[in-house]
Amino acid sequence: MKIKVIVTLKNGVLDPQGKAIQQTLNGMGFSSVNEVRQGKFFEVDVNEKDEAKAKIKVEDMCKKLLANLVIENFEIL
Amino acid sequence: MNSSVIIFPGSNCDRDMDVALKKFGFKNEMVWHDDEQLPKSDLIVLPGGFSYGDYLRCGSIAGKSKIIKSVVDFAAKGGLVLGICNGFQILTETGLLPGVLQQNKNIEFICKNVFVKVNNKNNKYFNSIDKDVLELHIAHNEGNYFCTNDELKMLEDNNLIAVSYCNEKGEVNEKSNPNGALQNIAGIFNKEKNILGMMPHPERMIDKYLSGEDGSIFFKNLINNIK
Repeated sequence: MKIKVIVTLKNGVLDPQGKAIQQTLNGMGFSSVNEVRQGKFFEVDVNEKDEAKAKIKVEDMCKKLLANLVIENFEIL
Repeated sequence: MNSSVIIFPGSNCDRDMDVALKKFGFKNEMVWHDDEQLPKSDLIVLPGGFSYGDYLRCGSIAGKSKIIKSVVDFAAKGGLVLGICNGFQILTETGLLPGVLQQNKNIEFICKNVFVKVNNKNNKYFNSIDKDVLELHIAHNEGNYFCTNDELKMLEDNNLIAVSYCNEKGEVNEKSNPNGALQNIAGIFNKEKNILGMMPHPERMIDKYLSGEDGSIFFKNLINNIK
């Protein structure tokens, strides 16, 4: 079963890449862009048939490796 | 005095560190990350580089290496653990030090000499060091130290900010901050001050003709403090 995870920077944490992307978009003429925040997307294929069980496993993976909870949040889709 | 330098796939300052440690009297051994046992050591060094290509987050995958469990046990018993650059990133990712090293504020890889102020000499790393400001080298893309307000307060209250970016006169200000690090933090201790993580590379400053010798001062002082 494939479980999808999005990891994003917490509010208030500086995102220099997002800032550069925003400035580039503004420079290209997308003047309505106020802010861009960059994150990560993971697709984890877990050998598990029960979705709830698979998500519990992936949550543990997020806490231990996929996200750094000092600066990042994760969301299991 | 015995030291061990851990090599991860992608470490690239491991041999420089080996040369520096041996130059100042350490009997150094190189240890592969996939080993489980550490040789008898007075000092463990996690060197600079790009372990695992900086995949996922700098230091995150190295922080799960087999050898790390032994490093954590060694540190828990009071053993000295020094993490330089990527080594500092690995220490934060393992939770041995608080906070995280984020991408530099200006999104540039920074490679230059900087000055750092030594804030706390009451520890094995800086005790008796005869300078308050050291000129060292930095080379990193993710050196922008960040932690929570509670962690910052804990670091400040316990005087655990080991070194801060400053100018030649030792003034810590925004202009002397190369990467956007919180409070100009260049390196920190754990509470017991046996673990030091810092972005600057003392091992690159050990030759008076090539680089200056403030790194030599660091290593001479360190081995004297361990003896």
